Amino acid sequence: MSRRGDQAVKLAAEIAVPIAIVAAWQLWAVNRDDPKFPPPSTILAKFQDMWLFSEFGTHVVPSLERIAIGFGIAVLAGIVIGIPLGLSRPARLWTMPHIEYWRAMPPPALLPISIILLHSIGNLQKVSFIAFFCLFPVLLNTIDGVRGIDPTFLETARSYGLGRLERIRRVVLPAAFPQIVAGMRNSLSLAVIMMVLSEYFSSTSGVGYVLLISKNTFDFGPMWAAILLIGVLGYLLNALFSIVERELLAWHRGWRAVSGG
Amino acid sequence: MLETKGIAKIYGTGPKATHALEDVSFTVTDGEFVCVVGPSGCGKTTLLKCIAGLMRPTRGEVLLRGKSVVEPPEELALVFQDYSRSLMPWSTVRNNVLLPLRHKRLSTAERKALVAESLGSVGLTRFIDHYPWQLSGGMQQRVAIARALAYQPAILLMDEPFASVDAQTRGDLEDLVLRVREQYGITILFVTHDIDESVYLADRVVVLTHSPTTVKEIVGVSLPRPRDQIATKELADFINLRGHVYRLIRRELTPVTSVDAVPNSGTPV
Amino acid sequence: MRNACCGSNLRCCIHRRVRLRRITDVLIFVLSIVAALAFWEAISRTGVISEKDLPAMSTTFSELWDLMQTGTFWHALLQTARGWALGLGVAAALAIPIGIVLGSSDFAARAFRVPIEFLRPIPSAALIPVLFLTLGTTLQSEIFLAAFGAFWPLLIQTIYGVRDVDPVALDTARSFGVSTFEGLYRIKLPSAVPYIATGMRISSGVALILAFTAELFMGNPGLGQKVNVAQAFGLENQLYAYALATGFLGLAIHVVSTAAERRALRWHPSQRAVTA
Repeated sequence: MSRRGDQAVKLAAEIAVPIAIVAAWQLWAVNRDDPKFPPPSTILAKFQDMWLFSEFGTHVVPSLERIAIGFGIAVLAGIVIGIPLGLSRPARLWTMPHIEYWRAMPPPALLPISIILLHSIGNLQKVSFIAFFCLFPVLLNTIDGVRGIDPTFLETARSYGLGRLERIRRVVLPAAFPQIVAGMRNSLSLAVIMMVLSEYFSSTSGVGYVLLISKNTFDFGPMWAAILLIGVLGYLLNALFSIVERELLAWHRGWRAVSGG
Repeated sequence: MLETKGIAKIYGTGPKATHALEDVSFTVTDGEFVCVVGPSGCGKTTLLKCIAGLMRPTRGEVLLRGKSVVEPPEELALVFQDYSRSLMPWSTVRNNVLLPLRHKRLSTAERKALVAESLGSVGLTRFIDHYPWQLSGGMQQRVAIARALAYQPAILLMDEPFASVDAQTRGDLEDLVLRVREQYGITILFVTHDIDESVYLADRVVVLTHSPTTVKEIVGVSLPRPRDQIATKELADFINLRGHVYRLIRRELTPVTSVDAVPNSGTPV
Repeated sequence: MRNACCGSNLRCCIHRRVRLRRITDVLIFVLSIVAALAFWEAISRTGVISEKDLPAMSTTFSELWDLMQTGTFWHALLQTARGWALGLGVAAALAIPIGIVLGSSDFAARAFRVPIEFLRPIPSAALIPVLFLTLGTTLQSEIFLAAFGAFWPLLIQTIYGVRDVDPVALDTARSFGVSTFEGLYRIKLPSAVPYIATGMRISSGVALILAFTAELFMGNPGLGQKVNVAQAFGLENQLYAYALATGFLGLAIHVVSTAAERRALRWHPSQRAVTA
């Protein structure tokens, strides 16, 4: 059958292409024999050596902690601030100039300042830095999500005598949730980047710190292993998020499918 | 039970303001089934929102059991036309019906009982754990009705609830509403543009004029109860009443200039 | 709001109310900024945060003003802008064509799905040490960094845009005998433009961040390098002034790219809520 044959070819390509790329890379690197660009085999060996599990606790755990706490604070703050802003135009008028300025500010510009203001290069500074910049995707999406709620939902709740807080809890939050989740996803990828930047700039532990040290010592093995780790972390976090999202938003997909978007 | 006195709703200001409602007055006694009909765009939904306390009239007042209505009253439940936008898609049928009960002081057991009972009245017990969008339009509207019933209101307001539903389902739903009223003894104020429906269901039919809207006439309907989709509609009385109401409305539908045409949404003041 | 109307003209009435609203909006906008600046001044001057840690608003702005009189400031600004522009340009030159190919061909999309999924999450920032030790502190490394980061959002958006074409429009064209190639580029591309505009907006921001990052971490000439130097020498006033200037540059780029995106989206029937 042509269609099945078609699918089979595509599946074959999906498997073959990555393998081909890695194989080509291996050959090229071995051939070139440049310590700056070790072959995948070396990188994987180093990766396993470092991260599974000798230096996992020293570096990966602190980095993950910072991401988790920073992201958590950002999500909480983004939702808590975003909901009232989404509901009130006057509140938006007063705050949007500031929100727009800070969301457009390139985060690295504030790295030195964060260290000066908080008198620290430890977790406080890292988490604050991550939390501050990861706030904005969640905040902006929450505002948009709340603003886009169909007024009929709110009228229904009002007509049944639900108070303001109840309405927020039972209507506003669930209705805006799909959009909030989209913002959370962006925020999560941003958190990984912010973590790397803040640790690379100044730190005493963490994956970014490993990057920094290996640069200073011209040690390419750990450097590439760290880069690989960062990519893997980003990928895993994203995948984890997708799984959670699928569960939380099952109702949304079903509803959209029926009501045609 | 319910009294509307000189309800007026004006959008905008100045001589070109939109007079959605001019002077609407009528009463509804306990246990009555009153239908409100009128030409399209005469502000039926606006009237209902004023009565339900979702909107403040520009003039006049609404009295529910003697008390003035300024915000959605405790004893009143509203069923909207667009069920897909009033049933929460993120909750199951069970939780949707539970929604109005959240802020009432009831035990969990009492709540469960109310939910079960009201879903039973509309015949949807089997679907209690489904999501609203998994059900057909008619079923969704039944959920909306069940939700209103679980709320145990004294008076039920219904805003063209069967307009978005196909004709056969509409008949079933009309009978459902009548049955439910028998069972619970609630008062019903039912807005519709379907004249047959209004006569079929009502004890009295309030006929509105076109904008600026007032009450043209209140037609008493003394057809025997219980009503039947086939038998009642074959009665001479039904045909006469229906014709009468239709004529009243048709006179309202004579060519209307753009000056008098009322857009459904003006600039709310 | 009931106003006394000018004559019996309803349109005049509406315009007046709209104008009044716009004026209050602008007023609030200005007041809000003034209040924040005053707050900053107060916090610093009264020592709630020591003036050494947080120079006063007036100090920072006057420092910035002084800097703006110098050539080095503008030189740095232009270098950052150049890194941004070239990085974004390279990213666009690669992402848009590749995106069109991947969006048009299901085979290509499937074949390269895995590599893309693995390369995407690698933050550009992680490549800083590699670039530093290979290309060094050259314009190339800054462009590479900016381009690598800006490439991915644009690629994804382009793919979505090409895929989102209304199949009915395509079939209609085909039934009129429009060749596949021509039809694709007369129909698919225009309908992909709004998505690409959104991608450009996102990528603009990313490119700026990375150009600045290259300067801050590697010492490439530009605003980032100025910030780094100021920090190293304990020149807080300068540090804050340059950070402020960077914020304004970011704001300017954001405003322009958002405006461009809005124009491109104007005719598109669907509104996507992509916020990054």
